[in-house]
Formats: sequence, structure tokens, C-alpha cells
Amino acid sequence: MAEIVNCRDVEKTFIKGKEAVEVLTGINLTVDEGDFLALMGPSGSGKTTLLNLIGGLDHPTAGTVSVSGSNLNELSSSALAKWRSVNIGFIFQFYNLLPVLNARRNVELPLLLTKLSRSQRIKNAATALEIVGLSDRAKHKPGELSGGEQQRVAIARAIVADPALLVCDEPTGDLDRDTADEILELLELLNRDHGKTIIIVTHDPKAANHAQRTLYMDKGKLVEEVAA
Amino acid sequence: MSIFGLMWASLFRKRTRTLLTLLSLIVAFLLFMLLQAISNAFSTSGSFNLVGIDRLVVTPKYSIIDSLPINQQQQMLNLEGVAAVTHAGWFGGNYQEPRNFFPKYPVEPYAYFSMYSELVISQEELDAFANTRRGAVVAAGLAERYEWELGDIIPIQGDIYSMQDGSRLWEFELVGTFTAREGESEAPLFLFQYEYFTEAVAAYGKDQVGWWTVRLSDSEQAAEVANEIDKLFENSRDPTRTATEDEFSRQFASQLGDMGFITAMIMSAVFFTIVLLTGNTMAQALRERIPELAVLKTVGFSDGLVSLLVLGEAVLLCVVGGVFGILLAFAMQDVLGSTLGGFIGDFEYSATLIISAIVLAIVIGIVIGAMPALTARRLTIVDALRAR
Ligand SMILES: Nc1ncnc2c1ncn2[C@@H]1O[C@H](COP(=O)(O)OP(=O)(O)OP(=O)(O)O)[C@@H](O)[C@H]1O
Ligand SMILES: [Mg+2]
Repeated sequence: MAEIVNCRDVEKTFIKGKEAVEVLTGINLTVDEGDFLALMGPSGSGKTTLLNLIGGLDHPTAGTVSVSGSNLNELSSSALAKWRSVNIGFIFQFYNLLPVLNARRNVELPLLLTKLSRSQRIKNAATALEIVGLSDRAKHKPGELSGGEQQRVAIARAIVADPALLVCDEPTGDLDRDTADEILELLELLNRDHGKTIIIVTHDPKAANHAQRTLYMDKGKLVEEVAA
Repeated sequence: MSIFGLMWASLFRKRTRTLLTLLSLIVAFLLFMLLQAISNAFSTSGSFNLVGIDRLVVTPKYSIIDSLPINQQQQMLNLEGVAAVTHAGWFGGNYQEPRNFFPKYPVEPYAYFSMYSELVISQEELDAFANTRRGAVVAAGLAERYEWELGDIIPIQGDIYSMQDGSRLWEFELVGTFTAREGESEAPLFLFQYEYFTEAVAAYGKDQVGWWTVRLSDSEQAAEVANEIDKLFENSRDPTRTATEDEFSRQFASQLGDMGFITAMIMSAVFFTIVLLTGNTMAQALRERIPELAVLKTVGFSDGLVSLLVLGEAVLLCVVGGVFGILLAFAMQDVLGSTLGGFIGDFEYSATLIISAIVLAIVIGIVIGAMPALTARRLTIVDALRAR
């Protein structure tokens, strides 16, 4: 299988005042197309930081991050923005929907940057909502939806532009057990039936059960790999 | 949804807050329109002054809106150096609509035209004016403007003055027109008999005049005679202020200058406050939206586009406020025109005024949107997402 993510000797250091905080210290990681990878580890170990680098939200201090054939180090911040809109879907713990827009419009958001016609955008947004099972909630604003429903809308938004890779940072961290399972099943479906490569950061061992592969991080390093 | 739709929706994130901000903008722009229109109207009415060197204008000391009693006339005539005295006054009133503005003066027909020898009227028409109780004579240009013909009855709806029977409808018969002598500009005057006016008018206004015009026997004596006149009435109930017509116009012009200055000061204060308040509201709204803006960037909106969105919102808000302010100003035009029309020139909103209001709205939008837009541009996704 072709690899979609390739991290080589990735380091990330944050400067806090005069202090340099070394968050990632030499990460080497490849993820194949179609993988469902779970990333676990204690709080502060650098999971989010690594995910942000893979998603093109930040640049590494050293090393290279290549995703979907692009070396992200070489992209300017505006090129990176454009690249993200095509290649990556993001799912966060707190959904991060725009409260002023209804579900359909939230989902449509990434399509505003494309050349799609208005009717095509509406159609694609409707399809994405259908995939996550929320067609009947299209007109509702986030405030009128439950946490699980909001996360579904966020997932619809992540897949609407049809990116190959979904990165999820604790997508079930704010949900109860049953709702969390539903979300995880949805991600599994996207992986299995729609061919999405998924990387999920989670503290939930049960979440990791849905993944094909689980990696552990500690103090900025990948420490062991457990085969599913 | 479009980018514009997104901007519009974001504007109403906190509905009450946005509506309140909008309201203050509307009021500010309404004020801007009104004050500018009033100030413009005043400056157009400045052109009605006729300038003569051997004439004095005697006005009430404290306010041009006061009136003076008719019995002052004889007292002034008794003074040395005074050759003739006649009078005029603001009648106010509307012809058909408030915005049809032209000054209407009750005058003594023969005395007025002999005083203002630069106004040219045929002897026949002047006689007709003097002999027709409700007769009126008007500047030729004015008759042309409203297509009046001799013999027409011209109704004037009184606002300051009503008649003894309580009616406010004054009807005048057009008996003549006059022009300005070559080289003088023609003011759009509407003149009618003082005699008729003072008989017909209700108690308020009877035997009163607006101001006196005094012809000097010798123009060299202007200053002394002016002094004499003011001294004469100094301790009466109706003290006066006397100036040559030249001075009078100059004073008038300088008051207009003051008016423009005051208008500018008021508007600066209003808009300064608006910029502070709205700017603060915008900045506050932005802080609440940082995670949202980060999300926009996450899904691929460029830094430039996000800052443009924020700037656009501010401009949109101000333009909407401006447009409603302008509309409201138009809605109030008739009411204000009728209250102010008697005292000032055309109460109108010029195209220039409307355009400057819109430009002002855009500029204010840019001013208050600039800082938030810059903040939005600089926002890094990673920090913004961590902050929540
Ligand atoms: N922008 C930043 N500036 C300074 N320090 C940062 C920044 N981002 C992360 N860090 C630090 O890097 C370390 C790792 O952070 P990160 O968010 O990657 O951890 P995490 O594994 O996702 O933790 P959690 O499970 O709590 O989400 C932390 O000590 C954090 O304080
Ligand atoms: Mg994290």
C-alpha cells in the first residue's frame, strides 16, 4: 500500500519566554493509505502537536513531514491553507462549529473555497450530512444539537471536500460512552467504506479497539507499536 | 451560502449587541445628514442679502427671531441723518410643500421699492401692489419657477402666523413681478402688503416688524447714525442692533461659518464616540470568535481571507447603519422642512451629502475593523485552538 504520511526525524520545540520546550524529539512515522491509526499516551506527551504537524497546521522545528505526496515544510502558510482544504479533514474534541450557521452551512463552509457552484455545494453538503446520518437536522444550529450530533456535523464538514486523510483529536473526549461508540463506528465506516485514512488521538482504550493500529507516545517519542 | 452570507451571519452572532451598535450608527448618520442639510440650507439662504452702502439694517439686539414694534419707525425718522425707514420680516409659511422655500416679507409697497432701488418694477404694477389688499409681487425668477401668472391666487400655509379667524391659509393675488437691476443678483423674494398682514394677523405679530432698513442722508455718517439708533432704544423693551448692510451680510456669513464649524465639531464628537464604542464592541466580539476564526483557517481559509472577512463585517455593519440613517433622514425631511423652512433655505439632501455619508460609513468601518482584522490575520491556528 502507498504511504500517505511520512514523518522523518521530526522535532518540535516551542519557545516559552526564554525557555525552549522540546515537545517532539525525533519522530519517525509512516501511515499507509487506508490505515486507521490510534495515537495514545499521557497528557502532554505531544500527541496534539504531532497531529497538528501532520495536518499542516504547524511546521516542525526539524525533520520533514510529507503528506499525500507534498513536503509540508516547503509550503508557505497560504499554500498550506489551500493544501489543507483539499487534503485534510479535521475533527476536534469540541466540534468547533460556527454557532451562527446551521448544520448544512457549517458543512458547506470548506466548499466556499472551491469553484463549485452554489447548487453543487448544497448538494455535496447534503450528501455529507446523509453519510453521518443527520439529513433531518440540516437546518438546525449547533446550539440546537446534542454533543454527538454536533460531532457528526463536524465529521460531515471534515469529509465534504473529500480529503483522503482525516485527523481527529480526541473526537469522543467530550461524549458519553454510547455516543462515543456511535462516533467511533461512524469513523470506522468512513475508513472501511469510503477509504479514508484516519489518525485519531485518544485517551480511550476502547476507541483504540476500532483502529487497525495503535501507537503510544511518551515525552515526545513514539515508544511502542501494538499490532491490532 | 456565500462568503458574503458568512459575513452577514457572523454579524448577528450576538443579535442584541449588533442591533444596539446598529442603532447608535443609525442615529449618528441621521444626525450627520440633518446637521449637514441644515448647515447647507443656511448657507444657501445667505445669498438673499442685498448689499447697499447707504443703508443700515436694524435688527433686534438679541435674536433675529425676535420682532420690533412698528412705533420705532417714527422715532427713527426723527433722528438726524435718517432719510427714510422701511421694514420687512420673516413670514415663514409654506407654498404647497415645505421644501418650496423662498423668503416672504410683508412690506410697505412704495417705501420698500424706493428703499431698494436696485429692484426694478413697473409703476403700473407697483400701483397695483399698493392698491390690492391681498396683492403680492414676486421676483420674476420665482414666478417662472412656479409658473405663476398675474392674477393667480397663491396660497401660503402659515406656520408662524395665523389669521384672526384662526385660519392658517393666507391667499395672495399676484399683481406684479420685479427684477434686479443689471449686475445685481436677484433674490427669490415674495412681497406682500404689510398693511394687510398686520390687519389680518392674529394678536401675535400685530404691529410688529422683523427688521428695519434705514436710508442715510449721508453714507459717511453710517457709524454715528447706527450708534444713535441703538442708543435710542437701548433702555426700551426692544433694544436694537444696527449695522450697515455690508456688515450685516458679513456677520451673517461669519455666523454661517460658525455654524459649519459647530456642525463639524458635533459630528467629530459623535463619530469619535461611535468609533470608540463600536471599535470596542468589535474587539470584544473578536475575542469571543477566536476559536471560530481558527476553524476557518483550519479548513483552508487563508490569513488574508479571514482578515478580509472581519474587516468586511465592520464595514458592512457601518454601511447598513449609514443606509438606515440616510433613509430615516429622508423620512424626516418633510417634518423638518416644514419646521425649519421658514427660517432657512432649501432643506434638502444633496447627492454629494448622501455619497459623503456612505463614504464616511465605509471609512469608519475600515477604521474600527482594521485592528480586529489584523488580529485575525496574525492568529495562529495552533495557539487559538489551545486557548479554548
Ligand atoms: N503552542 C505551544 N506553546 C508552548 N507550549 C506548547 C504549545 N503547544 C504545546 N505545548 C506544550 O507541548 C506539550 C505537549 O502538548 P500537546 O498538546 O501536544 O500534548 P497532548 O499529548 O496532546 O496532551 P493532551 O492529551 O493533554 O491533549 C505540552 O507540555 C504543552 O504545554
Ligand atoms: Mg492533545
